Amino acid sequence: MTKNKDMTLGDTLRSQGISRRSFLKFCAATASMMAMSPAMIPKIAHALESARRPSVIWLSFQECTGCTESLTRAHSATIESLIFDSISLDYHHTLQAAAGHAAEEAREAAMEENFGKYLLVVDGSIPMGNPGYSTIAGISNYDMLMETAKGAAAVIAVGTCATYGGIPHANPNPTGAVSVGDLIKDKPIINVPGCPPIPVVITGVLTHFLTFGTIPELDHIGRPKVFYGQSIHDRCYRRPFYDKGLFAETFDDEGAKKGWCLYKLGCKGPTTYNACATTKWNNGTSWPIESGHPCLGCSEPDFWDGGGFYKSISIPTENITQTAIYAAAGAAAAGVALGAMNKSKKSSAAAAHNKTTIDDLEK
Amino acid sequence: MSETSTLVPDSVKFNIQIGDELTHNVKPLLHEIKHALDKLIETDETTIIDLRSIPLAPGEEDNILNALGQGEVQAQLNALGLSEIIETQYTGVWLITHYNDEHQIISRFIEVTTMPEILCSQTEDIMQAYSRLTLDLRDNLETNASPSEK
Repeated sequence: MTKNKDMTLGDTLRSQGISRRSFLKFCAATASMMAMSPAMIPKIAHALESARRPSVIWLSFQECTGCTESLTRAHSATIESLIFDSISLDYHHTLQAAAGHAAEEAREAAMEENFGKYLLVVDGSIPMGNPGYSTIAGISNYDMLMETAKGAAAVIAVGTCATYGGIPHANPNPTGAVSVGDLIKDKPIINVPGCPPIPVVITGVLTHFLTFGTIPELDHIGRPKVFYGQSIHDRCYRRPFYDKGLFAETFDDEGAKKGWCLYKLGCKGPTTYNACATTKWNNGTSWPIESGHPCLGCSEPDFWDGGGFYKSISIPTENITQTAIYAAAGAAAAGVALGAMNKSKKSSAAAAHNKTTIDDLEK
Repeated sequence: MSETSTLVPDSVKFNIQIGDELTHNVKPLLHEIKHALDKLIETDETTIIDLRSIPLAPGEEDNILNALGQGEVQAQLNALGLSEIIETQYTGVWLITHYNDEHQIISRFIEVTTMPEILCSQTEDIMQAYSRLTLDLRDNLETNASPSEK
């Protein structure tokens, strides 16, 4: 896994028989994925060609391996795989052949050799309830994170578990899961949330670090603005339907068939910041909303506890007077009120076409 | 032109008809291209527009490509998968589509220029070609040399 670290990224690509023209194509696609102006292509080319291959240590804690899958599930030479092949991935216990003490020795050797310069990538949350919930080679996740972070130039928290606790952190949080940012305070941390994050977003952050030697500009919860700067809603091609008040009410009504806005089906697009709407998934094939499913908001903190994936974040077209009457019945009756509203909605939907409703999905 | 449409089976195609102007981004983009052509004429400045940076509904990209049409030049590049470089019916307006090995589009640009940079032979590749040809000729000479000359 460890290659000659003196080679530049340009050397590495050329040694793989990649021509300058291919490299320019690669840089053009890189600029596109990083939402950079195409005028930046020559600058990216120059910087990447002379960049040294960085040592990367990747730690996986309480996670499902989906983040690694997202990055490595490319079947052919893609931007992701090129970048991934160009780094010196010195430790990744899912991908490496070594196990147990030999693997830990590789991590310690990489840390010693590149102290202060290596990138630490973390996926998964860290259990604080009982160290025994998650250990690697007998070392608790907490101890391994704190030890490895000491010599890191920067920490990239990949996936919603590492960035905000994710699903392990969801109520009632049985393992006492916390995020990387909850524990590390003295290093630059780049949060790359998503369940999983879009592969090019992961490699885009790595590319930014390689190109400019700095971390990208971050938003108020540590996410690179270039990918998380705009809401799904603002970049959604179904937005014009929202503006016109045209909504799908169920997954198989006329609105759904016509591709209207999924807001009423629980779409979290208005409160979710991610690059899905323009970058899309599976090499730009599609993305959840284009497939007819509302955004779950997986790149936001506590998305799992957001009150239901199929519940609208607000109901602007609801009968306000009726809602006020229900609300006046008091907090204890709130559940009844919601039930009554849902029941009425369900009946009207049933009258319309007698098919699956959001309530059925919530059962 | 639309390779994605051939890759996506009809069963998963989204029920929006081509021609629906959903995002209203098509016409402004064509105007942007017009301004870029003006800039190319006046100051010889190249403009590159990344089609991925613009939210477009299914079918809208096809509308743009149909409006631009096809001109005199069509080139193919084989580098990390195919790339198509097409001069549109508007001379100076090029459409560049990069594909990966699985023929999926990885990026698509409209380049307003006299010659897209990626079509030009690159200095590094020329230098490598020179070394390779020199070696090939030397090998050739050695292979063809008579035993007494060796």
